[in-house]
Amino acid sequence: MSHLLSTHGLTAQYGQFKALFGVDLHIDPGECVAIIGANGAGKSTLMRSITGVLKSAPEMILHNGTPIGALPADQILQRGLAMVPEGRRLFPSLSVEENLLIGGQIRKGSGRWSLDEIYALFPILKERRHSPGTALSGGQQQMVAIGRALMSNPELLLCDEISLGLAPVVIRDIYAALPTIRATGAAVIIVEQDIARALIVADRIYCMMEGRVTLTAPAKDVSREAIHAAYFGAAA
Amino acid sequence: MIWLDVLVQGILLGGLYALFAAGLSLVFGIMRLVNLAHGDLIVFAAFLILVVVQTFGFNPFLSALIAAPAMFAFGWALQRFVLNRVLGKDILPPLLVTFGLSVALQNGMLEVFSADSQRLAAGPLESASIDLGPVTVGTMPLLTFASAVLVIFALNRIFYTTALGRAFRAVSDDPTTASLMGINPKSVFAIATGLAMVIVTIAALYLGMRSNFDPSIGPARLLYAFQAVIIGGLGSLWGTLAGGAIIGVAQTVGAQLNPEWQILAGHIAFLVVLLLRPRGLFPRAVD
Repeated sequence: MSHLLSTHGLTAQYGQFKALFGVDLHIDPGECVAIIGANGAGKSTLMRSITGVLKSAPEMILHNGTPIGALPADQILQRGLAMVPEGRRLFPSLSVEENLLIGGQIRKGSGRWSLDEIYALFPILKERRHSPGTALSGGQQQMVAIGRALMSNPELLLCDEISLGLAPVVIRDIYAALPTIRATGAAVIIVEQDIARALIVADRIYCMMEGRVTLTAPAKDVSREAIHAAYFGAAA
Repeated sequence: MIWLDVLVQGILLGGLYALFAAGLSLVFGIMRLVNLAHGDLIVFAAFLILVVVQTFGFNPFLSALIAAPAMFAFGWALQRFVLNRVLGKDILPPLLVTFGLSVALQNGMLEVFSADSQRLAAGPLESASIDLGPVTVGTMPLLTFASAVLVIFALNRIFYTTALGRAFRAVSDDPTTASLMGINPKSVFAIATGLAMVIVTIAALYLGMRSNFDPSIGPARLLYAFQAVIIGGLGSLWGTLAGGAIIGVAQTVGAQLNPEWQILAGHIAFLVVLLLRPRGLFPRAVD
């Protein structure tokens, strides 16, 4: 049986610089997978490849068994794979509500998520809905970015470094929304540098270092030593 | 009282310049593309209207209505198959391509329509006027200005109240992230250029009814359009109308002082605004 999403020997490069060296991973419907690794490990490049921002060979990425590696980003979204990009990347010209609406403008999908449901998940956004998206605090912007991705009712939500640069209390609030998101049946890939948090929320983890997967394991079984070795490349 | 008349005539003339500029402003605002062929495209649209007038015997307004969808299709195809290929971080390739297009259009029109001056005959409308008490205004200039206001109002409505407008602003902000929302930036760019060509057709209609035109006058229309856009603030639509009005008033004031100063006065007004407000009167917050 084919996975919801899988990569097979995925490579990527920026000009002459090779960033991914044959990455294999998979995720099944409803699953939550965390990808951990230090800065420069290739996590964000992996996300950019999966979502079509970086082109790959078609067979390197399969969605329900169909090669999608060469599809552009807009067609990847239309297949039900939505990303919360690193750094939020809200549209400065759009209000909070418009930022949310544009997420579901092309693909509405069949599912729970609508403007009202996003406001129920993050009530502060309803109060600030007419403000420019970029006038919000970092945490609120992250909520908009997550809401924007959910508006397309994706089968798979890819969250790239959603806790980066945020205060611990804000990170806690954002992660508190994850069970509600997963309850809709969506699979989630979380790219995270905070290992402890990744282990709490994920079913499985992949650890990356220098463009390669160095560890894959169920989150509940993996030892500190194994992660340490995979994360830093040092002997445990 | 004469100066009030000069002011009113100048503002109304500004409506024509705003129409020249609105399409340029739209395209620049969305994709940061400076279309050097914009003036020639206005002249091209004027010839297209003329062909419809001469072929079917319709009046210029109805002919423009027929020419507008054709110009939309032309703009869409131009963006889709030519300009999208050269858009990128480097601003030079689109400049070169649109400059080449300008030369090609001018020579193509010269070949097909000859260098003879043409005009779109509007009948009694050309000399009709309305008495507004202290000033009397020509119906045609008033209609031109009203059309400019309507075009800019309509563009603002599209930009700020429709899904298409949301997509315009999103791809203008960040095309890569817009593509992550399922939007194909290149398709949006093509629609924007198509829309700009509809506005070009409206500008061409009034250009052709108010003055003579021939294949060589495009670059001067581009210059006025540029000045209106830059005075107004790059990408600001209402600013474009204000920019057009400022050039129009400067020209009529200059002409009142000395008829030879009309065009020069417009350029001087442009330079003064550029010196005092280099980003224009109403610059976009995000640039």
